[in-house]
Amino acid sequence: MADMVLDAKGLNCPLPILRAKKALKELATGKTLEVQATDPGAVKDFEAFCRTTGNELVEHHMDGKTYVFTIRHTG
Amino acid sequence: MLDDHNAKSMSIIVTKGTLDWAYPPFILATTAAAMGLNVTMFFTFYGLTLLKKDLNLKINPLGNTAMEMPMAGGHMQMPNLLAAMPGATALTTNMMKNMMKRKGVASIEELRDLAQEADVRMIACQMTMDLFEYKPEDMIEGLTIGGAATWVEAATRCDINLYI
Repeated sequence: MADMVLDAKGLNCPLPILRAKKALKELATGKTLEVQATDPGAVKDFEAFCRTTGNELVEHHMDGKTYVFTIRHTG
Repeated sequence: MLDDHNAKSMSIIVTKGTLDWAYPPFILATTAAAMGLNVTMFFTFYGLTLLKKDLNLKINPLGNTAMEMPMAGGHMQMPNLLAAMPGATALTTNMMKNMMKRKGVASIEELRDLAQEADVRMIACQMTMDLFEYKPEDMIEGLTIGGAATWVEAATRCDINLYI
């Protein structure tokens, strides 16, 4: 289980990234954030976001039509 | 976060103020800020209207042959002759705003607030303010009012400089 869950379903680029950044700021280092998104561009964008900010994209998968990302606040 | 040190930076010159062209600069600025970049936006000519307290952004397809709207499974274009008719701007603007809302696209007001929250530096072009007779009190708070040299100084330190 992630330490925090962010529901970004129905939001389009760039809102899922912006909301995730805001949520990560509230999380202590080492804690994990689960982001749920339906924006099909989210996979590429969250990979790029994590590479650039130094946060760890622990894993991502699909749950029905929802993309689920687990990000560890390490950046 | 990486953004606390060794941050990269980006500047954007914003020259257009229609509903469609308002999006690229604010999307890129907010995203770059979220990814830890220091961002400077320089608003000049029609871009300056994006800094007004009350935004009333519009769009008209006149002369834009690439603008087509999804409709009944296909796409529809408005002929120039119709786009020039009274009411065409209001109609197109409403259609675009409704479509954006339905698809979860942020409003420009929302993106602009997020940009300010993320400490994006916004420079309003002094010359354009004088030219179009905008007063500082017509504009949102927190702006730098400056000229070309203010942007050039910022741009010399930026890794990415865009003109939109």
